Amino acid sequence: MNISRRQMLILMPAAAVAWKAVLAGTPEQSPNYKMSDHWWGMLIDIPKCIGCGNCVRACATENDVPDGYFRTWVERYHVSDEDMTNPEVISPDGGKEGFPVAAEDDKKYFFVPKMCNHCTDSPCTQVCPVGATFVSPDGVVLIDQKYCLGCAYCVQACPYGCRYINPQKETAEKCTLCYHRITQGLTTACCEACPTGARQLVDLKDPKDPIHEFLKTHSVQVLKPQMATGAKAFYNGLDGSVR
Amino acid sequence: MSGVTVACDPSHIRPYLEARTFRGKECFRSHWNQSQDLPAFSKRRSGFIMSKFKDAGHLFRFAGLFVLLFVVFLVVRHFVVPKSFGKYGHYRADAIGEIAAHPAKYAGHETCEACHSDVLDKKSKGKHAHVNCEACHGALVKVLPAPPPPTPNVYERMVALVIKPMPQDPPVLRHADDPSSVVPELPDTTVLCARCHTASAAKPKGFPQVVPADHSNGMACKTCHDPHSPAMDAGGAK
Amino acid sequence: MNGVEGFMYPNEIALQWSVLIVLYPFITGLVAGAFILASLERVFRVEAVKPTYRLALLTALAFLLDAPLPLQLHLGHPERSPEMYFTPHSTSAMAMFGYVYLWYLMAVLVLEIWLDYRKDIVLWSQESKGLLRIVYKIMTLGSSNINEKALAVDERVGWIVTIIGIPSAFLLHGYVGFIFGSIKANPWWSSPLMPVVFIFSAMVSGIAAVMLLYMGVTKLRHHTIDVKCVDAIAMYLFYIFIIDFSLEMLDLIHRIYEADESFRSLNFLVHTQLYIPHIVIQICLGTLTPLILLGITQVVKLGENTRKRMYTTAGCLALIGIFAMRWNVVIGGQLFSKSFLGYTTYKMHLVSKEGLLAAIGLTILPLIFLWVLVKLLPPWPDTNIHKAAAAAD
Repeated sequence: MNISRRQMLILMPAAAVAWKAVLAGTPEQSPNYKMSDHWWGMLIDIPKCIGCGNCVRACATENDVPDGYFRTWVERYHVSDEDMTNPEVISPDGGKEGFPVAAEDDKKYFFVPKMCNHCTDSPCTQVCPVGATFVSPDGVVLIDQKYCLGCAYCVQACPYGCRYINPQKETAEKCTLCYHRITQGLTTACCEACPTGARQLVDLKDPKDPIHEFLKTHSVQVLKPQMATGAKAFYNGLDGSVR
Repeated sequence: MSGVTVACDPSHIRPYLEARTFRGKECFRSHWNQSQDLPAFSKRRSGFIMSKFKDAGHLFRFAGLFVLLFVVFLVVRHFVVPKSFGKYGHYRADAIGEIAAHPAKYAGHETCEACHSDVLDKKSKGKHAHVNCEACHGALVKVLPAPPPPTPNVYERMVALVIKPMPQDPPVLRHADDPSSVVPELPDTTVLCARCHTASAAKPKGFPQVVPADHSNGMACKTCHDPHSPAMDAGGAK
Repeated sequence: MNGVEGFMYPNEIALQWSVLIVLYPFITGLVAGAFILASLERVFRVEAVKPTYRLALLTALAFLLDAPLPLQLHLGHPERSPEMYFTPHSTSAMAMFGYVYLWYLMAVLVLEIWLDYRKDIVLWSQESKGLLRIVYKIMTLGSSNINEKALAVDERVGWIVTIIGIPSAFLLHGYVGFIFGSIKANPWWSSPLMPVVFIFSAMVSGIAAVMLLYMGVTKLRHHTIDVKCVDAIAMYLFYIFIIDFSLEMLDLIHRIYEADESFRSLNFLVHTQLYIPHIVIQICLGTLTPLILLGITQVVKLGENTRKRMYTTAGCLALIGIFAMRWNVVIGGQLFSKSFLGYTTYKMHLVSKEGLLAAIGLTILPLIFLWVLVKLLPPWPDTNIHKAAAAAD
């Protein structure tokens, strides 16, 4: 891997400019990012997930997630065709180091990555007493760490269990859809690290996003649709036994 | 007070003169209501409504206290509530920018490919075409220890007892920004490849998976497979 | 894996709301209940409970002052709690509750106590010396008008305040119930009955608390307990307890009958981890036993001392039962997974910001507040509280 000095001379200033935009603070100042042009979601393709745990590790690295807490995690389901209401589910350390080898039997297995669903009608936003958690104009549910009281009402209100209280900051935390990355044209850390493409960032307002085609040709579900949260994490191939 | 003759026992004029005791005021009030002793201007004052409000004066004081506290609340609120609050909704709009300003650690495969185009050429023709660089190589960052905060003065230390200072994002060096600052180590393929490719009944049937002990008997995977284009029959064999 | 049975979402394993959050609805419940007892005399003219009127108001105030403390200890950033007043989120029950609390404290409770005690405060401000005199003077707000007309105004306004205060007390504790009842994510909490159950159980706990305090403190002062008063209180306690019990049974029967997706998981929980707190302590010991004891006193003619002992026992058990109800709601609601596939355990620390010692301390603290209030504003109708009056006699 030899990089020529010329290549370096071209790349360094470019990197510096991009970095400056990141440090500028507002997404509006980052080159070409306008919040009203985007409406973010995520597509999770169950048949493609191999339970490697790359996403959990990548998220923890990217976002300094404390040990024992998870902004995303993977669950492994073991379901009998005779009784779909009693699945066996494990998530050892959130699936961070993968899963133990499963022995073949007559039940089915599959992996379900989970994360914040960035709900449009988010119940966590509804209950926050001070407005520390909110839905951004581009559809990402975020937490204002400088304003949060740490009352944990939002943690109770989330039907999906995706929020936690950071023990050092003593405020609520959760998946931010790597907002600091997607506003500069990168994808989320979990999608970047996924080797099979089971996780893909979706911009529902972008007509060129290939996901529109996918949504037209596949059956997709959301978790706990009866909660009517307007969840934007869409699952392809979600089994009925998934809780 | 002048011009009022009070036809009563002088012994309780003194308390009134001191004008501090309730008994004195009661005495004066009872005389107010006797029209024959009072000059005309006092008669106008001692109306029915006035006397009612006089007896409710303490309630106005209570209400006044409320109003005062409310005004203080509004003033403090004006100074304390962050200026950007409410711009887009019921939250501090500046928070969006603050969150977006976190430094990214993973560089993204396009950044890697800008320099490592030779690897990209090989990878794009093989089975790992859609496996991003950092999925195997990791983030290639070095997190520096946070610089020690400046020594707090006495006031700041007192404030810190109540308002805990928030931990800041530690500074980060990235191989993507300055390749010499973070020199990557090649991952150990015995461990790395096994994570995805160890056979398990839980994995999707079509996914390439082997039982490592049977397949390679402890040998490093890269002995036979090129990780960037691992299929043996597609020119990946070494 | 450390106390987890079955599967829980990884972030659910540690409980977020501790015993302090159990204590908080218990304390606000005592406030609402004590106020309702006071309003029985003021608005509904139940003369028999008059001896406890002022004590009930002071009890309500003592507990209301203590109520925010468990919350402050629980918050990750208590110094930011004024944000709830500066930028309250109108869709959040917790934020709106901040204002309900403030309204109840200032416009209802403090106002009512002030109006009822005003004549005495003015007299004390003249009789006492030193620091106490300054305190009373401040409490008069500079007005020393206690002639008959002024006192009549006080009486009228106080009556109106109590009328407003009854729905305010319901709002105070109903809101706490709504804070839980509106969480659709948690099927143990989510129910329209929750605010109503909270209100009635609050009334039970408040009435029982005032009854016990009255009996206990009167005994400590070596005075005679007004048995007719205590009889009347016990009767109200009994009837309100029946309503409370009926509501809780309604919730239970409804749950068992409908058996929705959460039922299997909750049913298992109630039969295992929550068996002792729910079935044994809350239902049998804390509801059925006091109901039976109070029921006997209503039906069978018993001697005074027996009745007093039964009331005391029933009152204590009722308080334990209502605390257990709060425990089962708050802690119980966090012991099962929202996946309905697993359970966790609550590890209560002993010495910690949110531990058992803190909880015990915060339960004793309002009694200390009450002691200070009783010393400052004696509520005893059977003693002469003014030196001037005593000297004149």
